[in-house]
Amino acid sequence: MPFLVLGIATIAFLITTVTKGDPLTAIVAEQQMSNPEVVAAAKARWGLDRPLPERYMIYLGNLLSGDLGTSFITKRNVGTDILYRLPATLELVFAAMIFGTTLGIVLGVLAAYFRNSLIDHGARLFALFGSSLPVFWSGLGLLFIFSVMLNWLPGPGRVDARLALPPGITGFLTIDSLLAGDWTVFKDALWHLLLPAFVLGWTVSGTISRLVRANMLDVMSREFVLTARAKGASEFRVVIVHALRNTMVPTLTVIGYSFAYLITGAVLTETIFSWPGMGSYAVEAARALDFPAIIGVTIVGGLAFLVTNLITDILYVVANPRVRLS
Amino acid sequence: MSAQISSAPPGAVDKAGEREPLLSIRGLRVGFRRAGDQFEAVRGIDLDVAKGEVVGIVGESGSGKSVGMLAALGLTSKNAVVTGSVRFNGDELVGKPAREMRKIRGARIAMIFQDPLSSLNPVMTVGAQIAEAVRLHQRVTRKQAMARAVELLHLVAIPQPERRVNQYPHEFSGGMRQRAVIAMAVANDPDLLIADEPTTALDVTVQAQILSVLRSLQERLGLGLVLITHDLGVVAGHADRVAVVYSGRVVEQAGVSELFADPRHPYTRGLIASIPNLEESRERLFSIDGSPPALGRLPGGCAFHPRCIYSEARCRIEDPPLHNIGGRFSACHFATTLPPFHSASLASAGLDSGSVAP
Repeated sequence: MPFLVLGIATIAFLITTVTKGDPLTAIVAEQQMSNPEVVAAAKARWGLDRPLPERYMIYLGNLLSGDLGTSFITKRNVGTDILYRLPATLELVFAAMIFGTTLGIVLGVLAAYFRNSLIDHGARLFALFGSSLPVFWSGLGLLFIFSVMLNWLPGPGRVDARLALPPGITGFLTIDSLLAGDWTVFKDALWHLLLPAFVLGWTVSGTISRLVRANMLDVMSREFVLTARAKGASEFRVVIVHALRNTMVPTLTVIGYSFAYLITGAVLTETIFSWPGMGSYAVEAARALDFPAIIGVTIVGGLAFLVTNLITDILYVVANPRVRLS
Repeated sequence: MSAQISSAPPGAVDKAGEREPLLSIRGLRVGFRRAGDQFEAVRGIDLDVAKGEVVGIVGESGSGKSVGMLAALGLTSKNAVVTGSVRFNGDELVGKPAREMRKIRGARIAMIFQDPLSSLNPVMTVGAQIAEAVRLHQRVTRKQAMARAVELLHLVAIPQPERRVNQYPHEFSGGMRQRAVIAMAVANDPDLLIADEPTTALDVTVQAQILSVLRSLQERLGLGLVLITHDLGVVAGHADRVAVVYSGRVVEQAGVSELFADPRHPYTRGLIASIPNLEESRERLFSIDGSPPALGRLPGGCAFHPRCIYSEARCRIEDPPLHNIGGRFSACHFATTLPPFHSASLASAGLDSGSVAP
């Protein structure tokens, strides 16, 4: 795993060096660009006057001590910036995954069990919309319906700006407010979370439900399902305890992959819902050619992928006794 | 034979014996709807199983023998239409609500299936699956159920049951898996066990072990046992009575020695003649000409007539009912007038493809 992180860092670093954009334009004001003194000072300040290999070694050295460098724009440490943004994204992604997996598994099981019925067609249509409607369309549409027209849900943002926030312990606003016993903030944060989490979860539920449906159809035709029925098990027990558990291995893969993908892939949703997370940070960084921030986001995103993969692998062993090592 | 032909009215198929039937199937039909079409996989099965009796059901693949028993237990798929009567201890099972059926399945009637490789859930320990069977029908704690699972594994002669109980099916050999399946089936001391081709997927040596486990359990627990098989050897060695099924119907039913000594249906004769015999060395094994009719494409009259060496004009028009011929049954117009049976002579007749007049 350390090698993978090194690889990610190297590739991210190299890509920034081959881009056409000059990071100096992000640092130095336009009218000062013709002033050689200012430019030289800026280059020296950010280490841009040194040769590439040296810059790379310095960057890696800093990375080892956990320093992701300083953002050109915010002038703050990238690590600090990301630590501030990451919980917001994680909260959104967790909520989205709860929606996505629950919806996906329930719809997939129902669709398989009531194969070719109205339920099946409905579930498949829902899944198709979820995975093919672009988020900027479904997000804006739902925002318009539920927030503007019906006024049931609040508009974009993470929480009402007028509220005093509880101390950040986990960075998850819903959990922090609960820990502080602040019900007003909790309710407000939850209502704000609902729509973006649903929009994001919908895209995931499409993939999951189709996978679960296909696997359930396969498993339900196996003989151990008949054995379970012959034992006198109820249909619910047959479907959930016997059949569904056998579809968990492929489902876990997709859940793990989706989770990792959403951490950096929630860009559009975060933008639409003004969610102060990693995605919007990445967009801002990319727009401003803020290389330290871009590399930082890439490394953290890559790490998230690796960690979720590791967790998925561990869960495999729980789900499938055949891969268990004796 | 001095038996007179009479068509069997429903309810009259009781074995001549005194024992009251545990399971009594009358006119069982199973149809499947598929894309507007309807196929009948089972076209009328009559069968009785007495307490403690071993009944063999013999037939080719696709003859409807398995589907019939699945239907009796309400285990056919949703698009199946089941009619007729299945009485268990006097209780009608056809049309019984699913909730009621679940109390009977696994508790009073257990069923085991052909392939032990796939009839156990791969992600649950063997013990958990046996304990589940116990806990579905008995009010016991998880711990008691697991203790019972160990006991049951011991009963089916699995060595080191305390260790084996916590293993997964993939850690068991094929024969051991089938034993575990049998242990699961007898977990609640059922009255009737239906074994659907219990040895087909196993090695020959293991087949014998499994059959002896089944038989010893059957005797010890006084089980009624239905052995569904296409292996006449299994039937000859273990069954008290045999029902021969052809294209969804019972065509002959008799005590096992009667059946083998003097089969009264041409199809049974063909089956027996096609058993390889060690004493006679024939160049070719006898086989019945043609193949069984496909579902929904049955010939008119007797379903067997296109392949029958005794068939006459009448057979093409009239489907013979199951005749009671002195306590045994045959669905052949010529049940009482078929010539004496010698498997060798039939074989040579069949090979010459000449027709033997009844």
